[in-house]
Amino acid sequence: MRRLISAALLLLAFGTAAEAAESTKPPAQHWSFSGMFGTFDRAAQQRGFQVYKEVCAACHAVNLLSYRHLRGIGYQEDDVKAIAAQAKVMDGPNDAGEMFERAGRPSDKFARPFPNENAARSANNGAYPVDLSLVVKARVGGANYIYALLTGYGTAPADVKIADGMSYNAYFPGRQIAMPPPLNADGVTYQDATKATIEQQARDVTTFLAWAAEPELEARKQMGLKVLLFLIVLTGILYAAKRKVWAGIH
Amino acid sequence: MAAPAFNNALVRWIDHRLPVFSFMHHELHEYPTPKNLSYWWNFGSLAGIVLVLMILTGVFLAMHYTPHTAFAFESVERIMRDVNYGWLVRYMHMNGGSAFFIIIYIHIFRGLYYGSYKAPRELLWILGVVILLLMMATAFMGYVLPWGQMSFWGATVITNLFSAIPLIGDSVVTWLWGGFSVDNPTLNRFFALHYLLPFAIVGAVVLHLVALHRFGSSNPLGIDVKGPQDSIPFHPYYTAKDAFGLGIFLILFAGVVFFAPNLFGEPDNYIPANPLVTPPHIVPEWYFLPYYAILRAIPDKLLGVIAMFGSILVLFIVPWLDTARVRSAKFRPTFRKFFWVLVVDCFVLGYVGANPPEGWFVIVGQVATFYYFFHFLILLPVLGLIERPLPLPQSISAPVLKPAEGKA
Repeated sequence: MRRLISAALLLLAFGTAAEAAESTKPPAQHWSFSGMFGTFDRAAQQRGFQVYKEVCAACHAVNLLSYRHLRGIGYQEDDVKAIAAQAKVMDGPNDAGEMFERAGRPSDKFARPFPNENAARSANNGAYPVDLSLVVKARVGGANYIYALLTGYGTAPADVKIADGMSYNAYFPGRQIAMPPPLNADGVTYQDATKATIEQQARDVTTFLAWAAEPELEARKQMGLKVLLFLIVLTGILYAAKRKVWAGIH
Repeated sequence: MAAPAFNNALVRWIDHRLPVFSFMHHELHEYPTPKNLSYWWNFGSLAGIVLVLMILTGVFLAMHYTPHTAFAFESVERIMRDVNYGWLVRYMHMNGGSAFFIIIYIHIFRGLYYGSYKAPRELLWILGVVILLLMMATAFMGYVLPWGQMSFWGATVITNLFSAIPLIGDSVVTWLWGGFSVDNPTLNRFFALHYLLPFAIVGAVVLHLVALHRFGSSNPLGIDVKGPQDSIPFHPYYTAKDAFGLGIFLILFAGVVFFAPNLFGEPDNYIPANPLVTPPHIVPEWYFLPYYAILRAIPDKLLGVIAMFGSILVLFIVPWLDTARVRSAKFRPTFRKFFWVLVVDCFVLGYVGANPPEGWFVIVGQVATFYYFFHFLILLPVLGLIERPLPLPQSISAPVLKPAEGKA
């Protein structure tokens, strides 16, 4: 612990701006959910869920989501039941004291790809695929960063040496990332016949993850508009009242 | 105080035995207030309202929060996702903390500008500084509770400051932690204290108000109320003015809570605490950045800690450091300029505190730190002695221009 603390203080003292400056700033994208009137694009969210399920879920968990939350991106109750039922969930102990596997239910959390961090690391060359529930909120640049990262793979400049099993990504701090390029063109087949380019998949899955991080976003902005409207009228009345009360004072 | 005649018989009956109605009438209704208070005087009552908001939202958050290292992070996310309107309560509390500090800082600078701390209001000012210290402790511990990366590492860095104390430093830190690192006992006690300290703040606020009502508010001219023509009853005049100010505040506050709730936050705090991974750049909440810059401006750890705490403690003696006999900066042209330099200096300190201490940030941080103490320890006493203030008006109701007009 002592060493940890001195390491922390050392980091504090010298900072790591050099490392941060090594990555490229993600360009701003247009998102349907940004701005005061922003809402999530339902079709993009569902496509993004498909990308997550078929690609990301092989390594990344979304620990904070339950299947029931999928109602929030436009799935009906029966759809949610069907999606949940595809998962195998360990339950128990039963009356005989044994654990058993059953089909998932809407109240279950999303199935995890690995039982624990050690299993995840051992399967991924020592790197830990982070939980994606909050990743859009937990990174500087938010959705722009996630999109840039997913589309930012490329060949390293000649002067950059990439370690074994690492990939070059201009947007990742340090520019070396353990995650191989996750998306391939037509890697998923969209049900709504949208062409599954890498950019399209990245945009869709980012929309899905933005919702996963802030499922309250639409309710929040809608309530916010009403609250602001009310407060502006109220404050106008309060100003008029103040003027009237103070009219005789000089 | 003469008991007012209440119309309601029940009110009369109660008031005869328990004079709460007389008290409220005296302290809120007839309480004579200078008639020339500007909108800068709104921030006191605003701070009180935000304190109530923080306590109410905090109580509801505590009903759903779990102070355990294994569950704290997820319990906060449960509030955000599964508790009805939990996101609203949590975002109000989170941003309420920032709003509280913005309001308090404006309130303090208002006091510095208008010399509100001068006799006979020294204790009123000192109680205010006590409230600031309590707020800082409360806010620091509150930030630890979500148990994100910044919570954990912020707590580690700040508690480690106490290890700078000679001889007993390490033992003090172990005692603060309740163990040999920031861990579950630390989180538990921080939660208990985070729930307790706001009530200590309420107590200090009550004393602050008692001291305030002894001589009444100071005012932009900085001269005493000379008679009834200079003052007006608090209600309805200042209740109306404060209500309007509250409306403006709520519009801004709602704008942040509903449309940019993470504006003041660090993305890293949405990563669960991990004692094995240090974030590349540990920064405290924005309202601590100036102190953080002062801490890091001094190459020696112990002296840095002393300077950081000293930057607050110096405020306690401001009433005696300032030797000027005129209160308001309105009549002190030189002091007024230096006041704004101090304001800029604090922003510079905040900016330096937000950046890693390397390159020119180090020099700027040291110069700004020096100036901060120079302002209070050298400038205030010296300026009060050598500055020639402008002539003061006769009274609040006779403004400065009156005599000039009379001559013309």
